[in-house]
Amino acid sequence: MKVVVQPSRPQLWRRIPPVYVILVVITVVAWILVELYGRGSFFGKENIANILQRSVSLGIVSVGQTFTILAGSLDLSVANMISVSAVMSSYIMQGDPSRVPFAIATVVLIGVIVGLVNGLLITQLRVNPLISTLGTGLLLQGILSASFRNFAGSVPEEFQVLAYGSIGPISYSVLMFIIIASIGVFILRKTRFGAHLYAVGGSQEVSRLSGLRTTRVLLGAHVIASLTAVITGIYLASRLGAGAPWVGRDGVYDLESIAVVVIGGTALAGGRGGVMGTVAGVLIFAILDSMFNLLGVGSYLKQVLRGLIIIAAVASYSIRTKEEVS
Amino acid sequence: MEVTNAPEHGQPDVQTVQPLFEMHHVTKRFPGVVALNDVSFDCYPGEVHALVGENGAGKSTLMKVLSGVYQPDEGSIWVDGARCSFRHPLDAQRAGISIIYQEFNLLPDRTVAQNIFIGREPTKRGLINYEEMRRNTQRLLSELEVDDWISPDMLVRHLSVAGQQMVEIAKALSFESRVLIMDEPTAALAPHEVEVLFRLVRRLQQRGLGIVYISHRFKEIFELADRITVLKDGKKVATVEKAAVTSADIIEMMVGRPLEEFYPDYAKPDEIGEVVLRVVNGGNQRLRNINLELRSGEIVGLAGLQGSGTTDLVRAIFGSEPFQTGTMELAGKPVRMRRPRQAVRRRMAFLSENRKEEGLFLMQSVRDNIAITVRALRSLLGPIRRNRLEQDVTIEGLAQEVDVRAAGLHQEVQYLSGGNQQKVLLARWLATRAKVWIFAEPTRGIDVNAKAAIHARIRELARSGSAVLMTSSELPEVIGMSDRIVVMHEGTIAGELPAGASEAQIMRLATGEAADTGQVSVSV
Repeated sequence: MKVVVQPSRPQLWRRIPPVYVILVVITVVAWILVELYGRGSFFGKENIANILQRSVSLGIVSVGQTFTILAGSLDLSVANMISVSAVMSSYIMQGDPSRVPFAIATVVLIGVIVGLVNGLLITQLRVNPLISTLGTGLLLQGILSASFRNFAGSVPEEFQVLAYGSIGPISYSVLMFIIIASIGVFILRKTRFGAHLYAVGGSQEVSRLSGLRTTRVLLGAHVIASLTAVITGIYLASRLGAGAPWVGRDGVYDLESIAVVVIGGTALAGGRGGVMGTVAGVLIFAILDSMFNLLGVGSYLKQVLRGLIIIAAVASYSIRTKEEVS
Repeated sequence: MEVTNAPEHGQPDVQTVQPLFEMHHVTKRFPGVVALNDVSFDCYPGEVHALVGENGAGKSTLMKVLSGVYQPDEGSIWVDGARCSFRHPLDAQRAGISIIYQEFNLLPDRTVAQNIFIGREPTKRGLINYEEMRRNTQRLLSELEVDDWISPDMLVRHLSVAGQQMVEIAKALSFESRVLIMDEPTAALAPHEVEVLFRLVRRLQQRGLGIVYISHRFKEIFELADRITVLKDGKKVATVEKAAVTSADIIEMMVGRPLEEFYPDYAKPDEIGEVVLRVVNGGNQRLRNINLELRSGEIVGLAGLQGSGTTDLVRAIFGSEPFQTGTMELAGKPVRMRRPRQAVRRRMAFLSENRKEEGLFLMQSVRDNIAITVRALRSLLGPIRRNRLEQDVTIEGLAQEVDVRAAGLHQEVQYLSGGNQQKVLLARWLATRAKVWIFAEPTRGIDVNAKAAIHARIRELARSGSAVLMTSSELPEVIGMSDRIVVMHEGTIAGELPAGASEAQIMRLATGEAADTGQVSVSV
């Protein structure tokens, strides 16, 4: 009997997403360029801290976006949700530390509701995710912009510790990102919800025939995405001292979160990928930012390079997959 | 799943063992067709019960009823002597009945273990217990004796078709299934993989599982089966002991439908002309060693059972899944068809069996559907004329010629009947002045009256000097229409028969019987 045996690669190697190769290459290139032509040192303490700091806001919301994309959906309302969360939390706080818990509870509640609405539109009314989340996003932004013209309220000084405080060399916000990403990895790898998320994203039909409750899985993914947007909003309010109705839009968190998830190797169609890849995608964006700053290159060229990297990364994955299949 | 008292009927013959399951007088209707008519079927422990019949005889429907995908309109299902009703495939699975489809229900990007335990992941303190999952998978794989080439952590994407099939079987066993339904399990397997599967089937048999084995391949059926049930047109012809019959008997039971419809006359010898299209030693992933000639003025019928390669062959000729080896000649000149556009340019026409998916633009007008191919061959920058396609060809004229019944040329084709949709496609290809016509299942989903019109039209095309190749899974249609019948089996041409050949002759070639025995001993 002769049967084709596929070599089974060691576990650890397989778990590292290929995007880490790209991350290492970009790090080395950035390091060399900065050492040769830039001001300051790439691996200096200050710059590393800077890179990590830049990763926090996009990173947190992208962890949530990973969940929706893995399930075969996506969420375009996160940028608007971030604005809502930033404005509402600082508006409710009004500089009063005693109102912090109430403010956070309120925005979390809003996040859960928006996530459920997104999920229900997709699963019950069968509206395409792109359209339904675009719609809820516009809706949120409209209400917000009509109610608030500028920075609204303020966060208490004590609350700004979240953005500026640190334990030793590691700031609270970076720590928060690490914790949230770890929770994401944990949910996807260790829980049944995580396993079912991959299943639903891989094939709704197979999942349904296997007796999975696909609706609940999709609802869960959208609630998680909205909640990470809420946390990002709270963090931005803490950093800016107050929330303004444009903070989410200005950060282009909707499209950039999708971009880093996909760069991280998660299939846009769902069913394959994970949070570790997304983290690498976020770091790639932050390293590019920092490199261009140190080299004194303008922000337009930066956009061009980001565009090229998104295309190159995704093209390399689809070529890889094609080779595997045939 | 509800369970009531024991069956009131007597046991069949002298069996003292209770069947694993029994289906009693099952009838299933779909709009316009009785898919199953009073069919009874059962399976005993340790038995391989083969289910055979032509395409559309009702085999798949019967198995979908048994596995809970469909609910029967009449009749009952009994498991271990208790009446059951399955509302969902999971109900049947919990009752110990698993089905392995030709199309696997697996997630390519998940591991073997994850696929087997999808929705039933073992947990420990709320978290997935991967250790236990892996251990159980390992145990299942070693029970199947495939653990030397499949491991629990492999991605399903990395497995061959045979490997994926093993995973499906392991998944079925993990439900502690006692009945395993295998639908054409060898269709996608290489010969050495078939051996592996057969050994496995025999092992499962020894363990007391009942196996329902659906296949078109008589050799396999006679090697594996204990009993054989033949279905025809949704009715059961007979259930027989394998030892009591020959393959010729089975074929005789499968065929023999009366030729109810009226077909146009065959071509007269002087109407058949030069060779227009010739394929020499054509092959690709699904086809091998194809040698075929089409002459002007004749209709060649392409017959074969599901998966025999008839669809693949017409697609290869038309360039949509081209030949990778061999040569093709058109009017004596060698040509390469790498994509459909090249075929269209060389005046070939292809009417797919999936009219709605591959033929029509459902939401566009009759006018645009007729004009699309002619327009596609022209320059992108040229003007679009509303009606006139060529000097002497107008869309209106074409629509009249094929007799499309529509509210007007502006009507969207989705609102037309199947017959009229097919006529729209005919008009489209008439506009290209095609000389080689390929029809795949030309009358599928078309009512009886419109069928005759389509048949007449196809014959007219041949009379006017075109070469026609037609596939059909309905043998009466093949026999009624073809001047020559080419029969396929397992991706290659099994043989050729003259006009008016019998269904039994075709089936012998299509099931690989004639090739195996070398001679044919049945008379029909």
